[in-house]
Amino acid sequence: MNRPATPTGDHRLLAAWSDTGRPDSYDAHLARHGNPPNADGRAWRERLIAEVTHSGLGGRGGAGFPTGRKLAAVAAGRGRKVVVANGCESDPGTHKDRVLAQYSPHLILDGALMAAAALHTNDIFLCAHRDGPTYQALGQALTQRPDADRFSLVDIPARFVASEESSLANFLSGGDARPTSKPPRVFESGVAGRPTLVSNIETLAHISLIARYGAEWFRSLGTGPSPGTALVTVGGAVRTPGVLEVAYGAALPDLVASVGGASEPLQALLIGGYSGCWVPDSVARTLHFSHEELRAAGTTVGVGSVLALPAGACGIAETARILSYLAGESASQCGPCMFGLPAITADFAAMASGAGANDRALAARLQGRLSVIAGRGACGHPDGAVRLAESALRTFAVDVDAHLHGRPCRGAGALPFLPIPRRALSLVG
Amino acid sequence: MTRGPRWTLKVDPIRCQAHGLCAELLPEVVDLDEWGYPLLPGEVPPLLLSEARAAAAGCPTLALRLVHTD
Repeated sequence: MNRPATPTGDHRLLAAWSDTGRPDSYDAHLARHGNPPNADGRAWRERLIAEVTHSGLGGRGGAGFPTGRKLAAVAAGRGRKVVVANGCESDPGTHKDRVLAQYSPHLILDGALMAAAALHTNDIFLCAHRDGPTYQALGQALTQRPDADRFSLVDIPARFVASEESSLANFLSGGDARPTSKPPRVFESGVAGRPTLVSNIETLAHISLIARYGAEWFRSLGTGPSPGTALVTVGGAVRTPGVLEVAYGAALPDLVASVGGASEPLQALLIGGYSGCWVPDSVARTLHFSHEELRAAGTTVGVGSVLALPAGACGIAETARILSYLAGESASQCGPCMFGLPAITADFAAMASGAGANDRALAARLQGRLSVIAGRGACGHPDGAVRLAESALRTFAVDVDAHLHGRPCRGAGALPFLPIPRRALSLVG
Repeated sequence: MTRGPRWTLKVDPIRCQAHGLCAELLPEVVDLDEWGYPLLPGEVPPLLLSEARAAAAGCPTLALRLVHTD
């Protein structure tokens, strides 16, 4: 069949949605993109990995690790390889993977096939949270494909850390969906002790396009250090919250404008997810959405979310609730996470409510705790909570001082603004 | 000038159950956080290597290891 034209424009992953407003069926997907290239021997596999490396594609699950390097590390391992497509998207404020699975599921599935071809394996697990929309969308998409039997769709327990890479590998090996100690990393020894690629589903969808259209095409959008497009969840105090596909380097104010603009005056943006960082609105107005700019501004692309906090809300109370959620989602395996996250949550809750106003030791105690927790768990979960807490102390420094002197802001007693699953609220009352 | 291998203590955070024996056996090097879990130094001074070895061997959950990083 003739190969369709190389796509142009910013909507690469969400082309179906932008063209038709509907998901691509398998037939529509093939009409749009054609079949993915046929795997053809060792040289072909090495070329595909080299192409992904040259594209500069970084992982879209949070860490942003170079995908080509990850593929090469798994390929260098001994024995049969395993591909795990991670569609769990545990972060409560992020929906990009769900939207991708609903609108362009076949890019994800093609990407998993391409990764498996590059690693010369037939073992592909598709992971998503039980009964969630991503799980349903991928299941529905599989019913349209003649090659559905190449995939194993697995439902993963609905816990935040269940989707950490070693949790998934342990779960798929018959154990608990909880992180395991490193080393070994999953690329050396993952599912059933085999070299395992755990890749976010947006990352895999990009691989499917790089395999078709090449690294140069991929790099034609985005910035040098952050090539390509990215899915971004834009939410909070904006008129029409949703998921956008933008070229890296897009101005943050343009992202907010693309969802109807702010619905009320803003004070800060939470960038990178609930393990990301707060940035004052005045700073965010000057930033572009790329790894290099966000890193320089003290935050991270993370899971690709931008949540706007209105001026009337209390950033300390919001942070206390997110910390409470993260503390409740600890796998309760490592002491610094199991005890440290509830401790910093209690400090933030006391600060938020004003109960900490007479506690002169609070600020120093909290600083001390924040300085010892990060880097001491088996996974990055406690590090993310510390990063969020530290960014709150910086971004809401004026409010922190007021709260500690008995003048909590008016928004402190308001209902939660950012979405928090119900079970988390017990720790902050 | 040459120097021997450098040694550090590493803890497996999942195995560690905060018994605190490492801090008792090696108080010069190991502090405990407020929850009883060890805060480990970057490098073990050569003069304390045998104590560090004893601390690793004595860990009730075998969570502590002395590893060399050269």
